Amino acid sequence: MLVDSVEKFILNDYDFETRQKYAGSERGYSEEVWQSFAELGWTAVPFSEADGGFDGGPIELMLLMQQFGRGLVVEPYLANVVLAGGILSREANETQKQQWLQPIIGGELQAALAFVEPQARYDLANVATTAVADGDAWVLNGVKGVVLNGGNAELLILPARTAGEQADVAGITLFAVSADSDGISRRAYPTVDGHQAAEIDISEVRVGNDAVLGAADEGFASLSAVVDEATLAVCAEAVGIMQILTDKTVEYSKNRVQFGVPIGSFQALQHRMVDMLTACEQSYSLLLWATMANADGTQEARKAISAIKYQVGTAGKKVGQEAVQLHGGMGVTWELDVAHYFKRLTTIGQMFGNADWHLDNLVG
Amino acid sequence: MHITFSEEELAFRAAVRTFFRDELPEDIRRKRTEGVPLAREDTIRFQKCLYEKGWAGVNWPVEYGGTGWSTVQKYIFATEMANADAPEIVPFGLGMVGPIIYTFGSEEQKQRFLPDILASNVWWCQGYSEPGSGSDLASLKTRADRVGDHYVVNGTKTWTTLGQHADWMFILARTSTDVARRQEGISFLLVDMQSPGVTIKPIITLDGEHEVNEVHFEDVKVPVENLVGEEGKGWTYGKVLLQHERTGTAGVARTNYRLKKLRQQAEKSVRGETPLAADRNFMRKIAATEVELKGLEFTELRTLAAVASGKAPGPESSILKFKGTELQQAVDELYLEAAGYYALPYVPDQYVLDYPQDDRVGEGGETRTSLRYFNFRKASIYGGSNEIQKNIVAKHVLGL
Repeated sequence: MLVDSVEKFILNDYDFETRQKYAGSERGYSEEVWQSFAELGWTAVPFSEADGGFDGGPIELMLLMQQFGRGLVVEPYLANVVLAGGILSREANETQKQQWLQPIIGGELQAALAFVEPQARYDLANVATTAVADGDAWVLNGVKGVVLNGGNAELLILPARTAGEQADVAGITLFAVSADSDGISRRAYPTVDGHQAAEIDISEVRVGNDAVLGAADEGFASLSAVVDEATLAVCAEAVGIMQILTDKTVEYSKNRVQFGVPIGSFQALQHRMVDMLTACEQSYSLLLWATMANADGTQEARKAISAIKYQVGTAGKKVGQEAVQLHGGMGVTWELDVAHYFKRLTTIGQMFGNADWHLDNLVG
Repeated sequence: MHITFSEEELAFRAAVRTFFRDELPEDIRRKRTEGVPLAREDTIRFQKCLYEKGWAGVNWPVEYGGTGWSTVQKYIFATEMANADAPEIVPFGLGMVGPIIYTFGSEEQKQRFLPDILASNVWWCQGYSEPGSGSDLASLKTRADRVGDHYVVNGTKTWTTLGQHADWMFILARTSTDVARRQEGISFLLVDMQSPGVTIKPIITLDGEHEVNEVHFEDVKVPVENLVGEEGKGWTYGKVLLQHERTGTAGVARTNYRLKKLRQQAEKSVRGETPLAADRNFMRKIAATEVELKGLEFTELRTLAAVASGKAPGPESSILKFKGTELQQAVDELYLEAAGYYALPYVPDQYVLDYPQDDRVGEGGETRTSLRYFNFRKASIYGGSNEIQKNIVAKHVLGL
């Protein structure tokens, strides 16, 4: 049911030209579309009924993200709902949920989780931003990089080190900080895939104990779990993109005539499109496995997530490059959607650990 | 083929090195280092420096003002130019139409066009591909109908690189349809871009840049004296030119330089608490690419040696094109990997001279890695796609 309504939305209300218009607008997405996401209940999908959510679970999220991939949706669902919302649903107390999670579900609040620091590469535990207790308050200092939705966010969730060494898993505390707090400065920019992000400078930012999400020093477990969910979400998005790119390439090869015949009649190209299809099927299978493993909380969940992210990193790159190559010159134009799907596959490959990073995880 | 340089060659290398150190205009050097795109005037200024020195016609014979350099000298020059991170010579005039004119053109054409090409007084662009004729170039439909002492040109050319800067364009156009093979009846014409009926429309590429164009011809009058060589023989001339283009696109020296820079960058980049250079996965990929590149470097030297001994670049130049572009793209991917999350920000506005350091997103050129990667997907498509190159090798080298 959910997937039908999302599919219908993408088909009827979110064609490529519309998407480009939203991506190029002041905020980089459509506030109107965001409101309809909330009205349709999509912003509630991953949250429990107790939190006012839809109790959708990982499979629903997967189906939703796959469709968002097909539509190349730029609205900040990943950043706002999956990442920021994910932390709040896990760690926020009742008051904090009322204050921040409810408005996210209601479509009234934009939030961002600042899980990247410039020096950390893909290591989530490498947190150099510090928070020092000062009476009843905390004082934060540091730098966060490539914060997805960071420019539009009104609420920032900032992991900060409250104990231990810079790369320790223990000693990370999560803070919910208003983006207009004194001492926060942001440099917002679009990303190469048409989304939005920001560099965030944190200088002597004072917050109270009510800004702390969950237990002090123990934020890493949730940070890691939420990033795992986000990893699965972008993998689902990537699978949606790979599928539509393969469809579009096959279609193009049937229509583009060179040497008096459709280029799809050339065996050299046929085999490459069969490889693209195989990459899609393999990726979709791994996505299902990983999503179910994570939903069941089985031992192999971490492994499965690394497996699908590795697959999406390698097979996604291949499918993206082949789609562009087989479209020839048209494939590298701004005008054609193919290039934009390719760019999004590329950035997904760079996020939450690239292929090598996850292969290392599998090696152990 | 020389592997160790002679005394004279070492002296030549020193001279080239000194030239690029001392004569490359400082603002252009800074733009290159800081990743600032060059303006039309910058490119012309740089090429005029080469011209003043007598080094603009790298491949040209001495009688037309060229260097007359040996294969080894050309190799040294390309290497030093890449290592100095000097701009690339825009190929359309000096690398493409110039050689066609001095090889196939009339005496009058040589005198009229070659000096301005050599001095970079005139900017040329290329009119080969058409919307319906990409890989299958011989299917081109642009017509040049003879009317009195003019040809009247109608049609559309596309993927015209830097056509927005161009004063002149060389095109392949159909002068006859009454032919046995469609490769016949195609002629090589020189067109003034200011001619009435020429319109140019930008094509924006996936990286958001305006580099290529579509050029329309509506009843454009081209004087008959702008026909190069014989009418109907343009395909033969064009093919020679494409082979030159393919040889030129291997870009071994540039790729070498970029790999060297990447190694330096990896020493600094941080992954967790160690530099990227400590990541054996990554360094193995750099090493593997270097091995392939070394092979290509010697393949190119072999090709250049063949050309030097009087042979035209043969089908082996097709290998250079697809292998060379594959390696360029492989290096682009390595840069992208090194950049991690900083491949994401789209901040072209910060690539201007004297942009405040504190406002810069990412270190060095990190935020340009994805744009370069996106842009250079073109490399396996242009100049005859890599698929077409492999067809050529299959047919002409393997005899399949």
